[in-house]
Amino acid sequence: MTALTPVLPDAPQGGTPGKGSTTAARKSRRFSNGKRGLEPWLYLAPAFIVLIALLGYPIFQLINVSLYDYRQAQVSGKAPLNFVGLENYQKLFADPQFWTVLGNTVVFATACVVFTLLVGSSLAVLATRLRPWVRSMLFVVSLGAWATPAVTGSAVWLFLFEPTLGLVNKTLVAIGLTQFEGYSWTYDKWSAFGLVASEVVWCSFPFVLVTVYAGIQAIPTEVIEAARIDGASMPRIARSIMLPMLRPIVIVVTIQSIIWNFKIFSQIYIMTNGGGIAGQNLVLNVYGYQQAFAASLYGLGSALGVIMTALLMVITLVYLRILKRTGEAL
Amino acid sequence: MTAVDVSPVSRRTTNDEAPQKLRKQGKRRFGADAAAIVIALIVAFPLFWMVLSALKPKTALDAGDAAPYTLEPSLDSFGRVLGVNNFGQYFLNSVIVALVVVVLSTVLAFLAAVALTRYNFKMRTKLLIIILVSQMVPVEALTIPLFFLLRNAGEAIPLVGLNQLGSLVLVHVGFSIPFAIWMLRGFVAAVPLEVEEAARLDGASSFRFVRSILFPLVAPGVVACSVFSFISTWNDFLFAKTFIISAQENQTLPMALLTFFKPDQNDWGAIMAGSVIMTIPVLIFFVSVQRKLVSGLAGAVKG
Repeated sequence: MTALTPVLPDAPQGGTPGKGSTTAARKSRRFSNGKRGLEPWLYLAPAFIVLIALLGYPIFQLINVSLYDYRQAQVSGKAPLNFVGLENYQKLFADPQFWTVLGNTVVFATACVVFTLLVGSSLAVLATRLRPWVRSMLFVVSLGAWATPAVTGSAVWLFLFEPTLGLVNKTLVAIGLTQFEGYSWTYDKWSAFGLVASEVVWCSFPFVLVTVYAGIQAIPTEVIEAARIDGASMPRIARSIMLPMLRPIVIVVTIQSIIWNFKIFSQIYIMTNGGGIAGQNLVLNVYGYQQAFAASLYGLGSALGVIMTALLMVITLVYLRILKRTGEAL
Repeated sequence: MTAVDVSPVSRRTTNDEAPQKLRKQGKRRFGADAAAIVIALIVAFPLFWMVLSALKPKTALDAGDAAPYTLEPSLDSFGRVLGVNNFGQYFLNSVIVALVVVVLSTVLAFLAAVALTRYNFKMRTKLLIIILVSQMVPVEALTIPLFFLLRNAGEAIPLVGLNQLGSLVLVHVGFSIPFAIWMLRGFVAAVPLEVEEAARLDGASSFRFVRSILFPLVAPGVVACSVFSFISTWNDFLFAKTFIISAQENQTLPMALLTFFKPDQNDWGAIMAGSVIMTIPVLIFFVSVQRKLVSGLAGAVKG
């Protein structure tokens, strides 16, 4: 694991050095005098200008547009802009489809998160007990799945599960399950979600595998050795020693997966052809996109974007809270 | 099991239980190895099937050939993709956008990471939190404001307007920076303060130190981080779809691939060949930096 310099959240500034660790004290003495004060800002400026222009300003605009009745006519300037306040949100909350989509998103993302974590961490534990060449093989293959672009991954999975030509149905029919002859996996709402979720788990478990494996490797062998000498069984060691020590990593990986899976767009869009039959497979992101760019309801689409962002911000804040509680310094 | 054979005799005799224990471990290890090999094969299967289907002749694919091999590999599908559909141009577009994004975002993120790790100033922690939070922003939600922003920007600077590759570069640089800063932090912080002091004593200016000493030292980490900007740019399909509306010649790979999808008469050979072409650069990039990636990720996650 890369060592990170410990930094105190409110390191002494200006003329009050001497608090905290020696490194921090030395740092503040070196860098806080006079001219140096401007230097970090010079290094920060380019990145932050880009961030403000391409993240900050768009977020502001997103909220702004969500408060207007903004459709094709307003975009081309043929109709006056109407400030409608929270009307777009009221419309959404009164629309049963919105609640269905929100429900879809939560169920789908949760399933993806749970399976990604299960598969990833079990394989990480398994990886610690493998011969080096088998482990390398597992890692290279997993990295391959990880690296596969969402678009091509979706294409291959779609092909494997194609109703008439797909290998999966062919195999199922060949072993006697004739009801799968020409069976469409994307026709039924939940089998379509299941298919997309499998692809998502396939390309996102490697992140969990790699990170949790690194975490396990970082546990000093002496600790486990000591427990073994004291007579602890392997499951006991996993539960009482490894799990607590891996907690910070597991939390980070979980939150990261939640965030990624709530944002899934490409896989759903491609595999269910834009949200499934009659929009049965829509998730928030795809729904917002369809409202804006297919139906030209930019105001409504923006409101969906705001809801999505707010949802993820809440998750992020919980994440920061937990990090703080476990004593991880920024 | 080889462990038993190699272990020194002296050690084996000191502990009566050792050989038995090792054998037991060896057996268990064999089971784990077998399971891992099966799992690895399953994980690799979609990629294998992709390459295989790209090489199968069209007649075999249309007949629903399910054989896990092909006796008459052909490059016809690749020919169709590259020749008829102008895939080469889209490939080039994707490469240009991805490379420019990687270079720009890494340089900007590196400089920011220097400021955030090697200096102590008032806003530091606040800025770090802002960066962490901005990673979580669902960029897909920003499609609408960005669409209008780029439309307006295009009127002033045509290069970054809609339908231009520049528009894709711009948004992806913006999206790549937060995570790149977050990851590079660990690498930059790992360079000891003594190196900096030595450089200062030798009369190097701060910028000189950053450029000539810090950057080369951090370079391996930079490569690892760049893989993330590269992949997210290379894979992006939403922004390419939204921003490149009418200029076919400026389309990138993901959208080009999608044009092969036709209800009920998909040319799977072409889709798979296109997928292979699109996947290979990422695979090479990814596997070649994987070691650095693992340590970098661990650092970033520990963050």
